[in-house]
Amino acid sequence: MAEITSRKNIIEVKSLSVFYGQFQALKSVQLELQARKITALIGPSGCGKSTFLRTLNRMNDLIEGARTEGQVVFDGKNIYDPETDLLELRRRIGMVFQRPNPFPLSIFDNVVYGLRVHGQNDRRYMEERLFRSLQAVNLWEELKDRLEADALCLTGEQQQRLCIARVLAVGPEVILMDEPCSALDPTATARIEDLMYQLKEKYTIIIVTHNMQQAARVSDNTGYFLLGELVEFGQTNQIFTSPRDARTEDYITGRFG
Amino acid sequence: MTRYFDEELLELNKKILEMSAVVENSIGLSVRALRELSREKAEAIVKDDDRIDAMELEIEEKCLNLIALYQPAAADLRFVVMSMKITTDLERIADLAVDISQRVLELADQPLLKPLIDIPKLATLAQNMVRDVINSFINKDTELARSVILRDNEADELRNLVQSELINDYMKKDATTVPRAIPLLLVARHLERICDHATNIAEDVIYMVKGEVVKHRPESLR
Repeated sequence: MAEITSRKNIIEVKSLSVFYGQFQALKSVQLELQARKITALIGPSGCGKSTFLRTLNRMNDLIEGARTEGQVVFDGKNIYDPETDLLELRRRIGMVFQRPNPFPLSIFDNVVYGLRVHGQNDRRYMEERLFRSLQAVNLWEELKDRLEADALCLTGEQQQRLCIARVLAVGPEVILMDEPCSALDPTATARIEDLMYQLKEKYTIIIVTHNMQQAARVSDNTGYFLLGELVEFGQTNQIFTSPRDARTEDYITGRFG
Repeated sequence: MTRYFDEELLELNKKILEMSAVVENSIGLSVRALRELSREKAEAIVKDDDRIDAMELEIEEKCLNLIALYQPAAADLRFVVMSMKITTDLERIADLAVDISQRVLELADQPLLKPLIDIPKLATLAQNMVRDVINSFINKDTELARSVILRDNEADELRNLVQSELINDYMKKDATTVPRAIPLLLVARHLERICDHATNIAEDVIYMVKGEVVKHRPESLR
């Protein structure tokens, strides 16, 4: 694991296309994702950015009629190879969704859910992972005395942190985030962004966001999608000061989209 | 899609053009005052300076507001931030026009040390560089901006020429010429500084239009 994350590019996407029936949602996307960096994906609704995010741990497999061409190379292997272990893939590349989606279980059971799915039953090990994961998302102090409480009673921000902790508990290398702050108020958003900064020391983060200021604030690299095409990809400061493509310029200056 | 923000940007552009016109006029006047050693013209320039200072403050405030309220990006951001920088250089150019006028007032009191040859050349160069750089801003003309930057060496050479002539042929040989030589020395210095500010603006115009940094990278202009 250490060997992979020390490499510059953790994921290489090669000529990736996705079809939903007749509709082509992604058009031959070519892109390299750097390890331990935050990559933001922006673009108008329906541009393919969320589809792209979901290709990275094969979440699109769950959608009927979805078909993928091309490769996503992670740790030297194409994740679309038939022998890929999906459970293991999604352990290593976890996902956080737009709306916090804790299970209707206790805080404890939520965080260790993935561990149990992976066959872990050692209570002491699970407690250790729970402690580390909740600490990593700055929830431990708040919740340590009520770990048996129902997770649905937490605030929206706490629920989202809990969902991130649930991903961290299984020891991922990459965290995919699909609009993780869109259901949160600005101060909670700022705190989740701070958390992302902390997490990138250990993890590679790829975030889809409609909030362009958020992309500008948190990410190292930004990709702009339009009509299924990756129009431009580069360092965030370059994209937001001197985009090379006129379509990117129009989008980030609010002339389009 | 039309944006209300575009109207704000147009408004900012208009303010910069107004300021540019006043600054250009003030340089033109100072150069004429210098050529004619005219007290009257020199005194007129000092008056315009308060107006230019007020314009600088107004434009700066406008830019800060646009950044705070709209969080511009890409070309919009480059335009707003470079407007702020360009305004600072324009204001400095206007200050130098005032400095030249003050030297003219000093020179007008005494017989001229020598016929002026290189100083008027330098004055013409400075005036042209300022005029061209303002036009390059108005027309987003990076070629014209580039030509302004490339003329800056000429300004340095003329200044050096004036300086060494005044020092070696006059001040060193006859110390009584010093009070008359120094204002001329300073005028050459002021004019050369005007060219430097025009060059700064030209570099900002290129960044504003193309997003390319040419500042401190002379090789990027060739």
